Amino acid sequence: MARLTIEDLKRIKEEYKSTLTLREGGSRAKVTVHMGTCGIAAGARKVMEALLDEIKKSEVKDVIVTTSGCAGLCSKEPMATVEIINEAPVKYVQLNEEKIRKIFQEHVLNGKIVEGFALVMGSETAY
Amino acid sequence: MEDISLHILDVVENSVDAGARRIEILLAEDASADLLLLEIKDDGKGMDEETIRLVTDPFFTTKTVRRIGLGLPFLKQAAEECSGGFSISSEKGRGTTVSASFKRSHIDRKPLGDVGATMMVLIAGNPDIDFLFHYRRDDYDYKLDTREIRDELDGVPMNSPEVLKALRKDIDKGLGAEENQMEETHG
Repeated sequence: MARLTIEDLKRIKEEYKSTLTLREGGSRAKVTVHMGTCGIAAGARKVMEALLDEIKKSEVKDVIVTTSGCAGLCSKEPMATVEIINEAPVKYVQLNEEKIRKIFQEHVLNGKIVEGFALVMGSETAY
Repeated sequence: MEDISLHILDVVENSVDAGARRIEILLAEDASADLLLLEIKDDGKGMDEETIRLVTDPFFTTKTVRRIGLGLPFLKQAAEECSGGFSISSEKGRGTTVSASFKRSHIDRKPLGDVGATMMVLIAGNPDIDFLFHYRRDDYDYKLDTREIRDELDGVPMNSPEVLKALRKDIDKGLGAEENQMEETHG
């Protein structure tokens, strides 16, 4: 007993098509929220919801959100990876709604990595 | 996991990993039988008998990054803690069905939680997978099939904010969220 009517869907289709030109450039950024058992138990769903809310509010059309499984760092969950086109991916750890909103505003929209929340910066090997 | 909606999210992620193209989620509340039933059915790659036997062992996982897998053991535990049951059936190459039942009025039965949020996150994260969400409460019946909606939308991605918003509204209404919470508090 779906309450969504054909008219609702038609309206959505029209709205979408009217902004289509804005979307033709393809995606500029991808955010992956880690949604394994550990991530979910630590609050990954709230993080993802906050992220979807930011995207809706900012009306950006070129950011993809997706989910992945456990990355092996369960104690650092919730985690998310931000990939800006032509830039190295950045993993953020121990997130909450506020942190992901800040990451979205600063990193995804303005290209500035939020160093305080990132897993690691710079080289992984010590010489 | 705090509530059943988070278990749903977790177990459906297994289906996603198994390459499912269509995932059917049934949530049924039956007051007269005092039963809550959850069934998740996918058309993913399935499991052989040996694997089915092992999946509820916390020290079995298909992950390569860790040697522990708690998703299904957690759901089994949640069901068994409130006089419920748990079962898995699967066929290699055909898909898997996970079922959990709960004694609805049991003091330890976890609340449903925000099922709308779970569906939203699943659809947003996997826009190309078809989801059927089916909710039954006694004689009341609600179904949301994203395949039907996708056909009507004619190329508009399922994860575009306009679609997600409409879906969320529909699911929340379909679940009768407020009504349900009242019942859980008072009943």
